[in-house]
Amino acid sequence: MEDILLLEAIERYLNGGMLAEEKAYFEQLRKNTPEIDQMVVEHKLFLHQMEGFAEHRNLKNALHESHTRLVEKGDVYEGGEISTKGLVIQLWNRYKRVTAIAASIAGITALMISGLVAYFSPAVSPNQLVQLSHKMDQIIKTQQAQGAKLKDKIPANKVVTTSGTAFLIDGKGYLVTNAHVLQGSGAVVVNNKGTEFNARIINIDKERDLAILKIEDKDFTPLGALPYGIKKTGLDLGEELYTLGYPRDEIVYSMGYLSAVSGFENDSASYQLSLSANPGNSGGPVFNKNGEVVGILSTKQAQAEGVVFAIKAKGIYKMVDELKESDTSVQKIKLPTSSSLKGMNRVEQIKEVEDCVFLVKAYNQK
Amino acid sequence: MKQEINEQLSLRGLANNDSKAIDTIYKDNFNMVQVFILNNNGSYDDARDIFQEAMITLYEKAKSESFVLTCQIKTYVYSVCRRLWLKRLQQMGRFVAQTESMEETVPVEEDLEIHEKRNADFAIMERALGSLGEPCKSLLESYYIHKKGMTEISAEFGYTNADNAKNQKYKCLMRLKKLFFAQYNIGD
Repeated sequence: MEDILLLEAIERYLNGGMLAEEKAYFEQLRKNTPEIDQMVVEHKLFLHQMEGFAEHRNLKNALHESHTRLVEKGDVYEGGEISTKGLVIQLWNRYKRVTAIAASIAGITALMISGLVAYFSPAVSPNQLVQLSHKMDQIIKTQQAQGAKLKDKIPANKVVTTSGTAFLIDGKGYLVTNAHVLQGSGAVVVNNKGTEFNARIINIDKERDLAILKIEDKDFTPLGALPYGIKKTGLDLGEELYTLGYPRDEIVYSMGYLSAVSGFENDSASYQLSLSANPGNSGGPVFNKNGEVVGILSTKQAQAEGVVFAIKAKGIYKMVDELKESDTSVQKIKLPTSSSLKGMNRVEQIKEVEDCVFLVKAYNQK
Repeated sequence: MKQEINEQLSLRGLANNDSKAIDTIYKDNFNMVQVFILNNNGSYDDARDIFQEAMITLYEKAKSESFVLTCQIKTYVYSVCRRLWLKRLQQMGRFVAQTESMEETVPVEEDLEIHEKRNADFAIMERALGSLGEPCKSLLESYYIHKKGMTEISAEFGYTNADNAKNQKYKCLMRLKKLFFAQYNIGD
């Protein structure tokens, strides 16, 4: 029973619950009785621990409560399923407009593209298939870029309609090209160095698809003998051939072989060749390995790769002969018959020949 | 400047167990810690434990008289959590490479040592109380933790009068002290 009172006293003493007089008495007691002093110290420590423990526990509870509150408010997220769902729904609500717009744009774009593809891709009709099977393309280029490129030889009020290739048949300035190249009222010719010369259309033979031009320009210096001859006789299958022409503004070489002795639809006036030719090659000379002109490149078959037709060189003789009968102005034309290129290699031949191959630009009233 | 004042207010609130201040600090710092723990092999529960541990450390620091917080609460809490978590990972046998993090941290080792010592003491008290058994445990908790008066306690526990309750309390207290001091080394 004593101990209870003593402990109570110690607690009151430590809590500061003692009156001054009682406190003084108790302190005296502590001083005189080491056991009591020891008890006080021990109990103080214990109470301190108890106090700390209590605080600690209260704080832990407070933190738990705080945590729960914040989770409920959504400030703290702990991966619960409901809130995940909420997040997805939230995102959907936020972005559904954007999604809808994006989807519409994608849809419209897809429709437009398929529309364009349908519009620009060739429609297949039976009619056209027949056409294609026999269709021939004239190897002629329509000049599109004008203005700066055109030099002063073309009259200012004229516009270039077509261009192709021509080559000399007489050193005095007579050229042969295809009739279809000259779809215009006049023409200029350009040599492989880029110099332009005015030319006059002497004759157009649409049936043979041949035409004769004459360079009438003070800048032009007539050549003496041409390096090549024009071959009258026929060719054998498989003979190696080459051509020079102007599918671009620059002279282009191309080679191939004779694949048939007759042309399109068994046309005996032309050959079938296998070489690559492009718009602009029309009217170009076709040479054999001896450097003789054997034909004039004129057309190619559409939808067939490397099927090209050339008018036989014999046609030039025929045309010139016919022309001489009716037109006195062409009496002077003397076609070259012998070639000086035989035995030369290809590069040397081309060097000799290329000066005689011209770019033709036909022009028309604007 | 304003932020500094706000933080001081929050800390004072924390020291006084103000739930509003606790909420504020909690809200401002928890997510950062959670991200850190989750990114380092931890779970949501780990994040909560570690963060609350750090809050207790901060509380202890705020309560001490010599308290000066030389950095932002955020930095302090992050540093403590980082330290605690790396330690726990090591205890679990996961030897994580001590990656040099880009975040700013402050040295908290000293604070954590004190905190650990306290935690150990509290654990002794907890065990002692736990092995005391009822009604001693509740009786002492009511008196020392919930600070209830003897009259109230005697009514609550059904003692005929306060003296009897006091008597019972004394017996319980003696047992508790014995249990506590058996593990608690005074000389330490």
